[in-house]
Amino acid sequence: MKALLLKGAPHLNSERTTAYIMWHVCWALLPAALWGIWSFGLSALSVLVVCVGAACLADFGFTSRFHRLGSLSDGSAVITGLLLGMTLPPSVPLWMAALGSLVAIGLGKHAFGGLGQNLFNPALVGRAFLQAAFPAAMTRWTPPFLSDRFQSFLAGSWTIPFARPQLDAISGATPLGLLKFDHMSSHISDLFLGQTAGCIGETASVLVLTGGAYLALRRMLDWRIPIAVMGSVFVISGVANQLNANYPDGLFMLGSGGLMVGAWFMATDMVTSPVTTGAIWLFGVLIGFLICAIRFWGGLPEGVMYAILIANATVPLLERFTQPKAFGGQP
Amino acid sequence: MVLIASAPTFSHGVHPADQKARSATEPIGRMPFVREYSVPLRQHIGAASEPIVAVGDIVQRGQLIAKRASFVSTNQHAPVTGRVKAIETRPHPSGVSVRAIVIESDPFSSQQMGASGPRSDQALADSVSDAGIVGMGGAAFPAHVKLSVPEGRTVDTLLMNGCECEPYLTCDHRIMLEHPTAVLEGTAMIQTALGAKASVIGVEQNKSDAADVLRAASKGSVSVAQVAVKYPQGAEKMLIKAVLGREVPVGKLPLDVGVVVHNVGTAFAVHEAVRLGKPLIERVVTVSGPAVSQPRNLWVPIGTPICDLLAFVGLDQLDQYIVISGGPMMGQAQKNLQAPVVKGMSGILVFPAAHQATKEYPCIRCGRCLDACPMFLNPTRLWLLTRNRDIEALNQHHVQACFECGSCSYVCPSHIPLVHAIRMGKKLVREAQV
Repeated sequence: MKALLLKGAPHLNSERTTAYIMWHVCWALLPAALWGIWSFGLSALSVLVVCVGAACLADFGFTSRFHRLGSLSDGSAVITGLLLGMTLPPSVPLWMAALGSLVAIGLGKHAFGGLGQNLFNPALVGRAFLQAAFPAAMTRWTPPFLSDRFQSFLAGSWTIPFARPQLDAISGATPLGLLKFDHMSSHISDLFLGQTAGCIGETASVLVLTGGAYLALRRMLDWRIPIAVMGSVFVISGVANQLNANYPDGLFMLGSGGLMVGAWFMATDMVTSPVTTGAIWLFGVLIGFLICAIRFWGGLPEGVMYAILIANATVPLLERFTQPKAFGGQP
Repeated sequence: MVLIASAPTFSHGVHPADQKARSATEPIGRMPFVREYSVPLRQHIGAASEPIVAVGDIVQRGQLIAKRASFVSTNQHAPVTGRVKAIETRPHPSGVSVRAIVIESDPFSSQQMGASGPRSDQALADSVSDAGIVGMGGAAFPAHVKLSVPEGRTVDTLLMNGCECEPYLTCDHRIMLEHPTAVLEGTAMIQTALGAKASVIGVEQNKSDAADVLRAASKGSVSVAQVAVKYPQGAEKMLIKAVLGREVPVGKLPLDVGVVVHNVGTAFAVHEAVRLGKPLIERVVTVSGPAVSQPRNLWVPIGTPICDLLAFVGLDQLDQYIVISGGPMMGQAQKNLQAPVVKGMSGILVFPAAHQATKEYPCIRCGRCLDACPMFLNPTRLWLLTRNRDIEALNQHHVQACFECGSCSYVCPSHIPLVHAIRMGKKLVREAQV
């Protein structure tokens, strides 16, 4: 009798692997990303390619450097790159996009110890860095469906690193910017069907929603988080709108800016969201509240990024007070 | 996916493919006698039995060869007629070598049992103790201990466990199908001994044929409850929750909610012991698994080496296979196939080595283990606390409530051996308490 193999029970595993889940998240993001490319053209495509490429390169560099577990094959770097790219304006200089990916993977993920260890959503760490470092480039918007969008790049794309970017001739404004600074509302259907200016992957709310719903049905993201975020935003803005018509209504809030991407793909990042039932609901509601607070009373038109990053920081605390009650345990 | 839960069950749990069709229709066959048997003195929870035979003695099939050493211990009987070859340390399915009585079978014996007749004149607990019966579901707790109710306690319901929630295993299913009257009579005897007002047999819905047979044979004396197909439905706390809606408090026993749970296989063994005076010298073992081309259910004498059992079903080249005693979720991988079949062994499963190829990823905090844990624990947290050897926090998180069903490891997309870590955590806590 030769070697028998030994292993602790159980001897069965469900077919879902971490890599399987990660790749499915990528597929689910694709419709919204493709819409972004369709509406903003060559520059948007380049930003996505550069972000994903730089994220993969950075992840490869850091994993081989520190011999961490996890690697490119698990798809997590692709998600980070894709999510970052989708939350950038189409005209963002490509070198900034690459730098954002480097920061996202390096500071957002590997500084904490790699896959599974980070406290903050890596893509949002990268985006927050870019927002802080390059506020002008990060708030320069392009109207969708420019006629020459597949013939030429937008003016910002090929800026030389650290040179002062030249001003864009054509500029648009996002619905949230219009609301905040010009007190102009936008059509709800335009918001949901991707007819407005905005970040590459955020304009077509309905496509984001579809991808997210697919993952939720396949049990690859926790439906409770987007429901809590969207529900609380809808209720808070609904009440605010009733009290004072200057505040936008619930549907506008849901369809505008990064809310859908944030609620379905950023807040639900498994690593940086809670695992206990109570904490999951609290986390979602906290994000919803912070989004409304920043959009209504903050200096910035958009607040999804900071809302999620702040909520990420509260996860250990939320979990501490919401540990499950054991079967047959005292409440 | 079942969208509308029609049958009662517990919360959480997992749905591995049950794989029972492979052997569910195989009538129970009989494993022929082999040359040598090793009867471990420890096949049960509690003290090791004390041998009462010496090397060289001739023993009859069914003869008492080792006596129970204390209340929580069992008698052992010769599975074959033959000669005591040795009393020595031998491989055991638990992985630790254990002292065993080795019997060389007499090839010329007809292997008839000595006549002992019915045992209905004494208390049931005594007959069961004499027959050396243990819980047949896998835990192998001496059965007579659970047949007497402690002073001042009452049992209102006897719950018979016919769930058999582990994938692949079909031995309880076949016993219920082929011997419904014996199971029901054994159940009635246990119910009387416990003074319980009612008895209920819990059967998973994938064995509805067995439920029908039992229902028809019982003529209403025993109720048969169909429960949902879900793992670990056969864990006694989960079964009590599903059938009676009662929650056994952490650290307490079913007795504390007025329930005693026995396996249907135990009821059959009790019936054999009382009606025929037959001690527990053989049991039904399911031999299955992806590497077994013709899965079988077999009556196997206790002490039969696992390698002989596998050879009988046509498997003798077993290098680079995984051989598991019990079910795939809680069963133990075997390192030495000379280890014998023991009283609590419900199955022998063989998996090909390729089945093993899983790479462990870091925890991505997906929370699936929390949704799987039937005890509502936080497995990923317990895993972390075990790594940090944080005994106080392990206690606060009820690590001892884990009964090691393995649902957390099963669902983990990163293939982290969670239940293994929690087992270690329980050990840390136990050691700290000493």
